[in-house]
Amino acid sequence: MAIANKNTEQTALLKAVLQQFTTFEATLNGQAQLPLHTLRKQALKRLEQLGFPTIKHEEWKYTNLKNLVNKELLVQDELVQPSEETAKKLLQLTDLQDNLLVFVNGVLDKKLSKISLDSSQIIVENLADACKKYPELVEKYLAKLATDENNALLAMNTAFIKQGVFIYVKAKAVIEQPIFIQYLTDTTTNSVLVQPRHLIVLERSSQLTLVEKYRSIGNGLGLNNAVTEIYVSPNATFDHYKLQNDTATVSHIGMTEVHQQKDSRYHNTTVTLNGDLVRNNLHIAIDGENCESYMNGLYAPTGSTHIDNHTLADHRKPHSYSNELYKGILDGKSTGVFNGKIYVQQAAQKTNAFQSNRNILLSPTASVNTKPQLEIWADDVKCSHGCTTGALDEEPLFYLRSRGIPASEARALLLFAFAEDVLQRIKVPSLRAYVEDVIGRRLNVMSGE
Amino acid sequence: MLQINNLYARIGEKQILNGINLEVNAGEVHAIMGPNGSGKSTLAAVLAGRADYEITSGSVNFMGKDLLELAPEERAGEGLFLAFQYPIEIPGVSNTNFLRTAYNAIRKYRGLETLDAAKFLKLMREKMKLVNIDQALLSRSLNEGFSGGEKKRNEIFQMALLEPKLSILDETDSGLDIDALRIVSQGVNALKTKETATIVVTHYQRLLDYIIPDHVHVLYKGRIVKSGGKELALELEEKGYDWIKEEVAAVGV
Ligand SMILES: Nc1ncnc2c1ncn2[C@@H]1O[C@H](COP(=O)(O)OP(=O)(O)O)[C@@H](O)[C@H]1O
Ligand SMILES: [Mg+2]
Repeated sequence: MAIANKNTEQTALLKAVLQQFTTFEATLNGQAQLPLHTLRKQALKRLEQLGFPTIKHEEWKYTNLKNLVNKELLVQDELVQPSEETAKKLLQLTDLQDNLLVFVNGVLDKKLSKISLDSSQIIVENLADACKKYPELVEKYLAKLATDENNALLAMNTAFIKQGVFIYVKAKAVIEQPIFIQYLTDTTTNSVLVQPRHLIVLERSSQLTLVEKYRSIGNGLGLNNAVTEIYVSPNATFDHYKLQNDTATVSHIGMTEVHQQKDSRYHNTTVTLNGDLVRNNLHIAIDGENCESYMNGLYAPTGSTHIDNHTLADHRKPHSYSNELYKGILDGKSTGVFNGKIYVQQAAQKTNAFQSNRNILLSPTASVNTKPQLEIWADDVKCSHGCTTGALDEEPLFYLRSRGIPASEARALLLFAFAEDVLQRIKVPSLRAYVEDVIGRRLNVMSGE
Repeated sequence: MLQINNLYARIGEKQILNGINLEVNAGEVHAIMGPNGSGKSTLAAVLAGRADYEITSGSVNFMGKDLLELAPEERAGEGLFLAFQYPIEIPGVSNTNFLRTAYNAIRKYRGLETLDAAKFLKLMREKMKLVNIDQALLSRSLNEGFSGGEKKRNEIFQMALLEPKLSILDETDSGLDIDALRIVSQGVNALKTKETATIVVTHYQRLLDYIIPDHVHVLYKGRIVKSGGKELALELEEKGYDWIKEEVAAVGV
């Protein structure tokens, strides 16, 4: 595809990023000779040519990056040791304490991390280390899924590939213990640009559960521009959870590219609560028969948070099933975007694709743009989609109140029931309890007078 | 207990209640009958505090308080209970959790001690016998997928738990088979005391064989056009409502 015309004016962020590339390059030492570095330099050039997307760009119509790209942010690529206090803020959950990876501003903190898995079953490495230890593996998979030449944010991430997680699950390895990644974006001393790059490969008939949790500390500005590439080989099962609860000055743009082969299962649950601007891109290439793909999403912003979920279920082969359920509860002046695409390619006969997006607006100043896009080229398929947006129903509210339940409590009960539809799909018990608790407290606040 | 004075209510431009007067005292059972669309459910909903209706004039006094000033949950706290004609399904809210939340909210309103989950369960078990409700229904989502009869039984079960002073049963008998009708009316009768009162809104005299009313009223075009004893219900069952309509027409309302 042709690369768009060079933007005549460079935004502050673009200038800052281009300038910092040389400093970044210097940290790579000998690594700068490897093919990976050619990839970085090409990506940088593309970024410079593309510039950041504006609302004229179809994919960014309702998500305006203007404020974000007019800020200078400091590229983070070396570990800044977090304070003990920060370390204490890490979440402890019973099912999730044995395999914990902590990333501080995108860099793996080995002291706070621990992995107690059998290394004959699974490789868990910092991407920077994996590049040295397993160069062929990394080369085989890295940047092979996230390849959109017109995506400036992807290009920016690729230009700075260094830190992130590399997970390689060997064939038939069933990893019972979930891996828990906690990302801390620390803006206490600087306004930061954090760009983790993750690569996750599940070999044939393997199984993995991964929980990602994003939070931030400090009052500075931050942008987390994360790219994750996921390969789910035949008959493998991957349960993937992503929880975001950043502060109001930190933005998150996440791109998750998934490739599923036949008989595989990929279940994604994305829960977004807070942040300045959040954009989740979740693309699943369903490239085999008899695949199962679940996309579950819940977002509950308040204040002036903006949450944008862009999803794609790309059915390429017959007999697969995708199920998408995204629900939003929006309060204050928050804004939401749901853009769910289902492509059913001509070869993908007997596809069964289901999509639903439902939103509740709790305030007259909150809004959602919801856009289901179905593009179906096969004739023998079952596809359904639906979306609704509205205030909380008065009827059930009146019913509960007529039984003595105060209005705020009744609202919280109903909102929780609405959210629970998504939360009940969380299969890790302590994680589900934790998320229910966080959501419950959030909804109590939202429901109050 | 309840005094309704010259109550007018409308929804949008549509005037529905046109000067209702009714007094209900402790220990009494009142039946309100009347053709479809007369405003029976509207009266019940207005008393329970549904916000859709605009009260254009009149007043309602309940237990010495201005009822119309109270929020729906406060009315419940004061002891008003409405068994809905069409109980709504609320997916995702478990019946048991709902019942306990409601029970404790009302206890709190009345300045009484709230119950923990275990104690509440015990209480629930006792009350279940009263309406012969199935345990399985209680662990499901509120009214979700319940049959018509199960929904009505669940309403009476809630009434039994929440111990109201005044219960308004809006067509609780419609659509019930005779067994369900018996169970529901036994429940209602068992809860009857000298301190409580009941208003049954019904279409069918049959219910009044089981719940014996002290007074029967006919609501027509938003007004109570006739009142009498329980024999009035029998007369209506036999003759229908046309003679009432004619009487009203003759008076020229
Ligand atoms: N929400 C509403 N919107 C418009 N009209 C209504 C509404 N509720 C009731 N009505 C009208 O008010 C009248 C009385 O209805 P209702 O109180 O349900 O009567 P009943 O219970 O006696 O059958 C009917 O004509 C009905 O159509
Ligand atoms: Mg009615």
